[in-house]
Amino acid sequence: MDKIFRVNMTDLTTKVEEVPAAWAGLGGRGLTSTIVAAEVPATCHALGAQNKLVFAPGLLTGTAAANSGRLSAGAKSPLTGGIKESNAGGTAAQMLAKLGIKALIIEGQPKGGAWYNLSVGLNGVTINEEKELLGLGNFAVIDAVEARLGKKTGVLTIGPAGELKMTAANISVKDPDSKIRSHGRGGLGAVMGSKQIKFISIDGEGAQAVKIADPEKFKAAARVFSKALLDHPVSGEGLPTYGTNVLVNILNEAGGLPTKNFTVGEFAAHDKISGETMHDTIAARGGKVKHGCHAGCIIQCSQVYNDKDGKYITSGFEYETIWGLGADCCIEELDDIARADSLMDDIGIDSIETAVMFGVAMEAGILPFGDGKGVLRMLTEEIAKGTPLGRILGGGAGSVGRAYGVTRVPVVKNQGIPAYDPRSVKGIGITYATSTMGADHTSGYTIATNILNVGGYVDPLKKEGQVELSRNLQIATAAVDSTGMCIFVAFPALDIPECLPALIDMINARFGIALTGDDVTNLGKHILKLERKFNQEAGLTSAHDRLPDFFKTEPVAPHNAVWDFTDAEIDEFWNF
Amino acid sequence: MQITLKLFATFRNGRFKIAEQELPEGTDVRAVVLSLGLTEEEIGIVMINGRHGGLDQALKQNDTLSLFPLVGGG
Ligand code: SF4
Repeated sequence: MDKIFRVNMTDLTTKVEEVPAAWAGLGGRGLTSTIVAAEVPATCHALGAQNKLVFAPGLLTGTAAANSGRLSAGAKSPLTGGIKESNAGGTAAQMLAKLGIKALIIEGQPKGGAWYNLSVGLNGVTINEEKELLGLGNFAVIDAVEARLGKKTGVLTIGPAGELKMTAANISVKDPDSKIRSHGRGGLGAVMGSKQIKFISIDGEGAQAVKIADPEKFKAAARVFSKALLDHPVSGEGLPTYGTNVLVNILNEAGGLPTKNFTVGEFAAHDKISGETMHDTIAARGGKVKHGCHAGCIIQCSQVYNDKDGKYITSGFEYETIWGLGADCCIEELDDIARADSLMDDIGIDSIETAVMFGVAMEAGILPFGDGKGVLRMLTEEIAKGTPLGRILGGGAGSVGRAYGVTRVPVVKNQGIPAYDPRSVKGIGITYATSTMGADHTSGYTIATNILNVGGYVDPLKKEGQVELSRNLQIATAAVDSTGMCIFVAFPALDIPECLPALIDMINARFGIALTGDDVTNLGKHILKLERKFNQEAGLTSAHDRLPDFFKTEPVAPHNAVWDFTDAEIDEFWNF
Repeated sequence: MQITLKLFATFRNGRFKIAEQELPEGTDVRAVVLSLGLTEEEIGIVMINGRHGGLDQALKQNDTLSLFPLVGGG
């Protein structure tokens, strides 16, 4: 039977609880958001004792379903002030699922200054005081935990940014190669830091295969699902070959590649940082072109990027990071961006928020545009050390904008806007504006239909159809985020008719239930409404479902597009 | 007429990144695609001057035509 593990950091006690009936059918984002909405007062301080940090594997995590090994982390976000769910790959989700842990809830706050680590195992959690690893970067923490507890140990850890409670801090998850994937967005690393927990180790001893109610039906559906993933040109060929960074050239051609802190939509040096160039560089230097963030990923959008001497620099090198430090900060050297990516993993800071932040910092004159070495220096000398400037930078784009009086600050609900200009790709602007998460491309990825011709086509430069597109995708994404699936299964799901039914069949076969497509849509709607209600109670109203003014007043080249949705048109999003 | 032709991702293999092409007036995108030895099914995205276009679209003097296979990210 699945269990809820609960850790109270105020009195340093732990409990193993039965799963309440109302939570039984939930997983991933659906479960973390339900728990946060039920147990966290919306108006509490996100770094105070009343906030809770919740981890939950998805409904299919731990099974043989392809790409189902994602872990959701949830809390009230110190960055947005609203609810947050951020999901990541790595080994932790599958270990938790196989240990029968439906959710790990961390609440309260230590009264003294001591720091702790948590050991999670089959029978519960123990809280241990931690002294040795404080102040260390995430790579060193993972090495040390493996040396202490064994190579197979799962690890969730925070770096210096999380210890310093910076609002751009993330939570790192050990991947199958002992490298890092991240619960990146929304400052969840600061929440873990506020609980004075440096790392969580997971011992897989005694883990069992996840129980499947109808194994034959499951196997048949899993086969159809995997075939759809491999048959679709994006998930079967594009992503494994070029990774997500293939988007640099596409968005540049479409005039939607935000450049020089969102002042233009094209980057002259796009080819130097493009997916095509990166692919050839990786191959020439003996890296890995494709790589999975967890066992069972058959898409493998990740990669291993080496330096010119063939030495490892980074993995999981994503379009959004490369866009942000590349086009948005005008840094042309992919090696500098790769080094920054690795440093951000080690410091434990969100690479999207931090890249957007550096664009604002460059506009503020803290360092010049294009200064890759300056970025590396600021990461190590300011942010990692927690100097006063480092703390401002570590607070993200909004923090730097406020401290330096910059008005061109691309954020919604104080979270940095990623990689796609909402003026020239209008559907994603609706997602940025309305998402319960703050500006988050993954929460309703209209780029598929606006730019990539997946799931049909809606002209990115016109207003027609964008609200509906974003709404449908946000509803579907909230449901998919509850299954433990990587969001890239959406590409085949949008185009191949058998894909989504196979996904639902797998859930039904796993639990012996009979969900329909409508049930899944209703689950997505329910999650969005629950999250929005939390946000409203926290003080985030429709006035916060807006893009910054400059998008309305500054046309972006080459299409000279502006953000021209009225407030009423945006608010139509919630009409479901 | 003269156009600029840009190829991306796997379309570059054995071909080129960017080339100026001299074409008969009114040539459509499909004719360019076929002249490259590509099939219609292989085409994911067609852009003409940064706007999405179709295979039937006729090209004009000084157009930039960009061809992508079906790829994506996120
Ligand atoms: S496709 Fe990429 S993000 Fe998705 S599970 Fe695989 S490696 Fe992870």
